[in-house]
Amino acid sequence: MGVGVWGVRSGQTIHKELILATAAVEHHHPVHPPTATGLNTWKVGFWVFMGSETLFFGSLISIYLVYKGTSVVGPYPSDVFDIPLTTVSTFVLLMSSLAVVLALDFLRAGRRNLALFWTMMIIVLGATFLGFQAYEFTHFYHVGLTLSTNLFGSTFFVLTGFHGAHVTIGVIWLLILWVDMFRGKLRPENSLRLEIAGLYWHFVDIVWIAIFTLIYLME
Amino acid sequence: MATAEVHVHTPITQPTKKKSVIWDWMTTVDHKKIGILYGVTALFFFIVAGIEATLIRIQLAKPENAFLGPDVYNQIFTMHGTTMIFLVGMPMAVAMFNYIVPLQIGARDVAFPRLNALSYWIFLFGAIFMNFSFLLGAAPNGGWFGYAPLTSTQYGPGLNIDFWALGLQALGVASIMGGVNFVTTIIQLRAPGMRLMRMPLFTWMTLFTSFLLITALPVFAVALFLVTFDRFWATNFFVMQSGGDPMVWQHLFWMFGHPEVYILILPAFGIVSEIIPTFSRKPLFGYAVMVYSGALIALIGWGVWAHHMFASGMGPIADAFFTISTMIIAIPTGVKIFNWIATMWGGRIQFSTAMLHAVGMLITFTIGGVSGVMHATSPHDLQQTDTYFVVAHFHYVLIGGLILAIFGGLYFWFPKLTGRMMNERLGKWQFWIYFIGFNVTFMPQHWIGLLGMPRRIFTYSADLNLASLNMLSTVGVFIQIAGVAMLAGNIIWSARRGRVASENPWNAATLEWATTSPPAEHNFNQIPTVHSREPMWVEADQVRASTLGPMEPHMHMPPNSYWPIFTAVGVVATFILFMTNIWWMPLVGLVWTVIGAINWAYEPV
Amino acid sequence: MAESHAILDEHGHSHDEEHHVGWKKYAVIGLVLAIITGVEVAIFYVDALAPVLVPALLVLSAAKFFLVVQYYMHLKMDHPIFGRVFWAPLFLAVLVVIGMVILFKILPTYGVFS
Ligand SMILES: [Cu+2]
Repeated sequence: MGVGVWGVRSGQTIHKELILATAAVEHHHPVHPPTATGLNTWKVGFWVFMGSETLFFGSLISIYLVYKGTSVVGPYPSDVFDIPLTTVSTFVLLMSSLAVVLALDFLRAGRRNLALFWTMMIIVLGATFLGFQAYEFTHFYHVGLTLSTNLFGSTFFVLTGFHGAHVTIGVIWLLILWVDMFRGKLRPENSLRLEIAGLYWHFVDIVWIAIFTLIYLME
Repeated sequence: MATAEVHVHTPITQPTKKKSVIWDWMTTVDHKKIGILYGVTALFFFIVAGIEATLIRIQLAKPENAFLGPDVYNQIFTMHGTTMIFLVGMPMAVAMFNYIVPLQIGARDVAFPRLNALSYWIFLFGAIFMNFSFLLGAAPNGGWFGYAPLTSTQYGPGLNIDFWALGLQALGVASIMGGVNFVTTIIQLRAPGMRLMRMPLFTWMTLFTSFLLITALPVFAVALFLVTFDRFWATNFFVMQSGGDPMVWQHLFWMFGHPEVYILILPAFGIVSEIIPTFSRKPLFGYAVMVYSGALIALIGWGVWAHHMFASGMGPIADAFFTISTMIIAIPTGVKIFNWIATMWGGRIQFSTAMLHAVGMLITFTIGGVSGVMHATSPHDLQQTDTYFVVAHFHYVLIGGLILAIFGGLYFWFPKLTGRMMNERLGKWQFWIYFIGFNVTFMPQHWIGLLGMPRRIFTYSADLNLASLNMLSTVGVFIQIAGVAMLAGNIIWSARRGRVASENPWNAATLEWATTSPPAEHNFNQIPTVHSREPMWVEADQVRASTLGPMEPHMHMPPNSYWPIFTAVGVVATFILFMTNIWWMPLVGLVWTVIGAINWAYEPV
Repeated sequence: MAESHAILDEHGHSHDEEHHVGWKKYAVIGLVLAIITGVEVAIFYVDALAPVLVPALLVLSAAKFFLVVQYYMHLKMDHPIFGRVFWAPLFLAVLVVIGMVILFKILPTYGVFS
């Protein structure tokens, strides 16, 4: 994750943001010269990456929609979807996004315990979401819907599976950050690490906003 | 925060610990070395793909030839196309992005140097993996666009398609990371004063190409995942008995495939836009229009994909839409051609080898463009599709457009890379021989196609009366081989014995010519401030005072790292391990990748 | 949620007066997101709204999407370059979805024109 922010210019003035961006390395602050935009390179790169990810999920969603209603055997969406349950898990994920902005704000304000608490909340809510998904997948499996049963199974599991994999990566990422925060290595000066993990988390959340509406509610 | 930290940096001049040269290249994060690695690898695969092309042409030299046979022929033409696009065209362009763009914008490296190294190693391992299939006699055989259901386990049993889908998946990961890296580099690392509208055209085209990489490659990644899951996990995406639709593959593929065409040609436009002003001794005509037309091409390039599918029965509405959008995209492309001509108009033109290639490219690319507009018309296309007319068209665009520009760029930038000039006399002979060989090979294929010879069929009947044109085309290949051999000889000879090059041997205008040839590891002693589009024409003395002046204090160059190559092994292994057919095996590669990524994150840079 | 002490960075500067935590605004947005989700599910269950189900859901989920991107991801307050590198690809992603739906779901219903 620490792709070093890097792009050496005149080494005289040091922009604060750039020092904050020294990723994981506390003992070693290279001289980070200002960038052409004055923005943090890591953050710019991450937004570009998220732009790329929209096309990945856009394609997966389009596959689901194109194949909607074309399964030649059941089970069909209306047989298996449990809207109240998924509404709860959607709510859980939305609230985890709220936890992200609070964790980041408290970290920046130097309120370490609150930052630790809310970061842990993101992890707990994210894990809860994954728990719901695991329950949903096993339930579908028991009523006879697998990857290979029909096109609904193939498109549904691949789309939500890739999303779940993204959530899993986010949980691991935030766990690492929580440990660093606990050990005093993630502090207000390098809160950018949490900001970027947070951006990733929000991104995963907005993908789910699209999935919940397009796949579950428009069945 | 105070700025008072005391930084102790290894001065660049201090001799680093003696490590082997090979280890140094394996762990390098220097954009120039990575550029050279990309370039050498791409040249190697250019020869591989050339051998494949030669085998194809030998097979087709006479009717009812039994030289290759249908099965081998399928593998050879598939790997020729796949190799030329993914292992030659893209990496050649990326090689030049790597070497030139940081120099052109006045940076010391790309935004994420280790990510850059990771891209290269994933690309290399993916390329080796895909070509390893030849040793098993199971090279991909479904065509470079792998139409369903040829890629299904039913019609494509064996490992052939596995190598194709998994290998391309790895290459796509590398391309997306490269795209992110270059977009960020160009946004962030421009020298002071280099506003966007002062950037060299090659940098602009790199930006647009990178934008297409980060947007088009994810679509392809999804498409390849669907094929992979169909093959290994029994999903139904392209299984027609279960309702799967091969048309879905075609649309996804060409949604990537058409932007891919611009991923290949926009770098060529960028190279030509550097060469022509330099050797016409005039600023590029209509700079802003060139930038906007590049942007328009990248954008409209997203709305034309189904012109590859007119024969698939999409219906009149879709056919009409994609006909019109395809014709519209010819406008900005034409604008570019006229701007290059206008740049030359009234200039003091010097026909160096680089310039010859650029002008040659204008001619052949225009021919390819015109035949492209011909089959933009859907009724016309129905006659031409899947014939050699299409083969002629895209070779005029890709060889006559991209490869000629790459050769020109090689002559142009070789002095910067090596500090030595390429041999101009040999170069001019090479140009004419290659140019003639190219036209002799592909010009007849227009007629071969219009007379009805289908592509991708391993032989043809003597009754078709196509033997002499096919033989002519095959002869052309051998003329091309002579040209490529001269180029290879020129590179090897010039790298050792070429005339020593100055900093700016062509008296070109952009910043890469403001530093030594070859540049030091840190590129510029001090980063210059620019006030114009042609700094080396307008303000050369002042720029040189920075770039070649006293060394800037506190310069920090990132140290070598072995985590990129370590992580690349994990990424490529993740895909390769699908072939074990054990569902959890890819996770082993994934865990390896995660270990690499975490160590990477905590590595001091 | 115990009150925490302001931690000091290595130079002894305290950061807590530099930022005021905007938790109220964030909580309100969180509430709005939850309410919109509730409305979406409600629309889903009310049969009378079936004719407007699709457009209503699209508008509501787009609203949620924008709220998260603009406020939680700070695009509204941040440098415009972040928005540009995100919205441009997203525009293409939406185009991909719309294009595929038109090609596979809408054009085939046009009978003779399909
Ligand atoms: Cu095309």
